[in-house]
Amino acid sequence: MSETIKTDVLIIGAGPVGLFAVFELGLLDIKSHLVDILDKIGGQCAELYPEKPIYDIPGIPLITGHGLTDALLEQIKPFKPIFHLGEMVLKVEKLGDAQFRVTTDGDKVFECKCVVVAAGGGSFQPKRPPIQGIEPYEEKSVFYAVRKMEAFRGKKLLIVGGGDSALDWTLNLQPFAERLTLVHRRDEFRGAPDSVNKMRALVASGEMDMKIGQVTALEGDDGVLTAASIKTKDGVDRIECDAMLPFFGLTMKLGPVADWGLTMEEELIPVDTAAFETNIPGIFAIGDINTYPGKLKLILSGFHEGALMAQKAYHYVYPDKRLVFQYTTSSTSLQKKLGVA
Amino acid sequence: MPKITFIEHDGTKHTVDAELGSTVMETALRNDIGGIVAECGGSCTCATCLVHVDEAWFAKTGGPSAEENDMLDSAFEVKPTSRLSCQIKVSEEIDGLVVYTPSYQGR
Repeated sequence: MSETIKTDVLIIGAGPVGLFAVFELGLLDIKSHLVDILDKIGGQCAELYPEKPIYDIPGIPLITGHGLTDALLEQIKPFKPIFHLGEMVLKVEKLGDAQFRVTTDGDKVFECKCVVVAAGGGSFQPKRPPIQGIEPYEEKSVFYAVRKMEAFRGKKLLIVGGGDSALDWTLNLQPFAERLTLVHRRDEFRGAPDSVNKMRALVASGEMDMKIGQVTALEGDDGVLTAASIKTKDGVDRIECDAMLPFFGLTMKLGPVADWGLTMEEELIPVDTAAFETNIPGIFAIGDINTYPGKLKLILSGFHEGALMAQKAYHYVYPDKRLVFQYTTSSTSLQKKLGVA
Repeated sequence: MPKITFIEHDGTKHTVDAELGSTVMETALRNDIGGIVAECGGSCTCATCLVHVDEAWFAKTGGPSAEENDMLDSAFEVKPTSRLSCQIKVSEEIDGLVVYTPSYQGR
């Protein structure tokens, strides 16, 4: 296990609301680390609508998801947040008053005074194909991610999908596999053209196979895969294989949030509207993941929630200090923190 | 006002009014039709609002755009008449449209 990282606040989720929370906390001299399951910053803004216009950010008539993420990153730069991307928080444990231990699936351990859950719709996780009886094969012969390429050496491998993940892993794993078959629903690939060309060249030279169709059934015992059925336009093909890697993009699932002792209401976390604190003092929930009377799932609501959260978090981080409310327009102290005074 | 009929995978049928200029996905959400998730809210970036257009109506709705077809790669059990319902605009042309919602949208 790695060394424990100490911070004032651990923010779970690096979407717009988590990012702005860094700003509001930073103005109050509270340091933050952020953990996000995605390998990039921005949450849904980065994953679901990077290029789509958003029209309801106050004072900004039009901005894209990507643009908003970049602007927020610029805004919070003075507070030097530290990001831990591609990691999912597994456990949140209360050690004492204003003392929590947070553990990720990357074996990182944080100790912090407050936890801010800004996890939106939960965690983005790979979509599972609706193949009957797939469950026993998962993590044994069906994998949604590649951890060690070596694990696929000498295997008969089936990769399913038409995007960059499917193509990249096809090209990377082809030299390791005894035989590799790429299965996709159509003879067009949305992945990078260069990868598509390389893949087609391997097919042309007989070094791998490509099938146009959809996987409909798996064969094997005790999670050990032996073959898959592929429905093509001409019928059903049976392909012998030891492992399958489906790449159908990501979907939002609540994930481990439900296991942290928080009261939940239909996959949302109820909070008070004075500080957006949960049933566990010191754990806050802001943005799309919380619920309260009148809740709207708007980015602007999440910004407001972050501002009020920070006021309460201050008292956990600095229990002996009095908090004086100040404006960035007039406070030299705040302007110093922002690096503009 | 145009009408749309949604048939869920278990056969449950709903015929509802659809607002001109809205989308088939929005119509489904407004009427609590089962089987439509629409995670991305209509941005054509999640493929969780898949429907199978009734074959008799496919000429009217037309096929997917290139962008939509790319997203269909992330859906399951895609058929020749499958579309993302957020990309089908409601017009007088499609008054009476019949679509089937799938049992699973990937979550």
